[in-house]
Amino acid sequence: MTTLAHLLQQNFAEFPERPAVHLQYNRQPDVTVTYRTLMQGAAGYARALDAAGVPPGEVVVLILQHGEALVYAFFGAILHGAIPSIMPFLTEKLTPDKYRQDLAALIEVTRPAAIVTYPDFVPEVRAAVRSGGPVRAVLVSADIPPVTGPDLGALPGLRRSPDDVVLLQHSSGTTGLQKGVALSHRAVLNQLDCYARALRLTLDDVIVSWLPLYHDMGLIAGFVMPIMNRAPLVLMSPFDWVRAPGRLMQAVSRYRGTLSWLPNFAYNFCAQKTRDRDLEGVDLSSWRAVVNCSEPMHWKSHQMFLERFEKYGLRPAALATCYAMAENVFAVTQGGIDAPVVVDEVDQRAMLVDRIARPISPPLSGPSTALRSAQDAPTGEGQGGGLKLLSAGRPLPNVRVRVLDDQRRDLPERHLGEIALHSDCMLTGYYNRDDATAKAFHEGWYLTGDLGYVADGEVYVTGRKKDLIIVGGKNVYPQDLEQLASDVTGVHAGRVVAFGVFDEEAGTEEVVVVAEAEAEDTAEHQRLADEIRQRVTRGSDVALRHVHVVGPRWLLKTSSGKIARGANREKYLEERER
Amino acid sequence: MSSEITQILAEYIAAKILKQPNRKVAETEPLISGGLIDSFHLVDLAMFVEDRFGVRIDDSELNANTFDTLAQLAELIRQRQA
Repeated sequence: MTTLAHLLQQNFAEFPERPAVHLQYNRQPDVTVTYRTLMQGAAGYARALDAAGVPPGEVVVLILQHGEALVYAFFGAILHGAIPSIMPFLTEKLTPDKYRQDLAALIEVTRPAAIVTYPDFVPEVRAAVRSGGPVRAVLVSADIPPVTGPDLGALPGLRRSPDDVVLLQHSSGTTGLQKGVALSHRAVLNQLDCYARALRLTLDDVIVSWLPLYHDMGLIAGFVMPIMNRAPLVLMSPFDWVRAPGRLMQAVSRYRGTLSWLPNFAYNFCAQKTRDRDLEGVDLSSWRAVVNCSEPMHWKSHQMFLERFEKYGLRPAALATCYAMAENVFAVTQGGIDAPVVVDEVDQRAMLVDRIARPISPPLSGPSTALRSAQDAPTGEGQGGGLKLLSAGRPLPNVRVRVLDDQRRDLPERHLGEIALHSDCMLTGYYNRDDATAKAFHEGWYLTGDLGYVADGEVYVTGRKKDLIIVGGKNVYPQDLEQLASDVTGVHAGRVVAFGVFDEEAGTEEVVVVAEAEAEDTAEHQRLADEIRQRVTRGSDVALRHVHVVGPRWLLKTSSGKIARGANREKYLEERER
Repeated sequence: MSSEITQILAEYIAAKILKQPNRKVAETEPLISGGLIDSFHLVDLAMFVEDRFGVRIDDSELNANTFDTLAQLAELIRQRQA
């Protein structure tokens, strides 16, 4: 068993001139980072951390955007034996105050020894760092030169054990930032080994990604795996992609990209918002897998994507699926690689009422049959009581999946329950959060909080047990949004509920906030709605689609007096229908 | 002229982006920094402007530094139409 530091060193020793990453920038030429430049850049950060007195085994928070500094700082922390954790950068709509609070929340639990950021951002970081606290050094990316001919044997990262924690992954918001998923070298390498095999990954693959690195899909599938497994990575900024989604297709065409990962909404987004002129001359025939992952997958999204890009060479067989979570490093299942994604058409009523996925026709397979025959149905999903579900594929060889009822007993095939898993790539724990770690496991099995079923060895994910909203692949904790909306003067304190509602056009959930006003006054309600929208967006970086301000006593409570998110969501949807 | 442009933009934003057709969008209301238009909808706005007014906004211009209010966006459109 080895470590990520050893693997990086080995890649450098054997393939120094091989491109590791092609970094794309807006209106600037691409920058190619070879294993030699990666090693030299990273060694510079390792040396700087050492000079700053940061001991191996401590956490280093990286507040950096897309670019070379982030690549070098991440692997530099690993070469030093420290534990990198990438924090999202401040965006133009998030208030600096709120960002500072989030950073303080992260520091309080994670207790990093150092923070690395840009010169311009140092004052912001200093404002969140308490003197006498854990942070001993704030390193400035601009001051860290590469080390040429690094003394590799002396790097402390090469003396770590496979069971030491190698990196932390956080989800967003105050709640997410206080729950860092700690992963060991062993867990990450087991995942990479099994996932690469499931993908049939070879040295001829080229991964193209716009995903942010503070998210598990971007960090593992779109960064660590390609670099460790020597498959060149083409990486662009999520901020550039969201303003011009055609960049993804252009990059695939230019670099002959073979693999990409997208959250479900991105299939809709690319299909709807890419102009023809941005696709002139684009050839997508090299794409062998476009993997849908990290939010509920929709058959219609795949269909929309295929219809838009088939004439540019996209092969129907390229559409793939995956079920993943940071707690398992990344992938739990993979579908659509050796055979097309299985589409299971089930009885909608039986799903809702009996919680059984009863097939109404034999599972379709093959994109030509699956997607095409489904196209014949005028509305696809929901037609004639049938619901078309995309399989997330089969578990990776090192992962075992169970489906449990509320008493945590095993359920038979096709029965809906909570998905639990066991693997050799599980998290070490939530960092400095033994309480949360203990709660997440039952007799050694990780309780995912996701609902689903298994049929013929294929895993289907149908919903969630816990209150979590997933917007564009990003996990959003409703309590964070409710707290922000509650702070608005005129809103009845504590009488706010946040939940997600699936939007078919966007292919993802839209966030709804229902808030009780202290008064019945339409003009006042409009004012409150505006203020809640502003407060929540600027405090969480989550854009609210609907803000519904209601009069006193609208919200339903549970018998214990808690605001019931599910019941209020139903009530809201019923009112909207009318 | 400019007020006609702002009117068209305001109606589009209220109906298609905010999905609240009755919502008034003031000329000086911060759209991007105020969280009214999130990054996922910037490209929609750019496509609408191009189709409706025949002027191009480069994707690198889709940020609060280039325009953050209806008045600023209308001015940008007017200049490019000239």
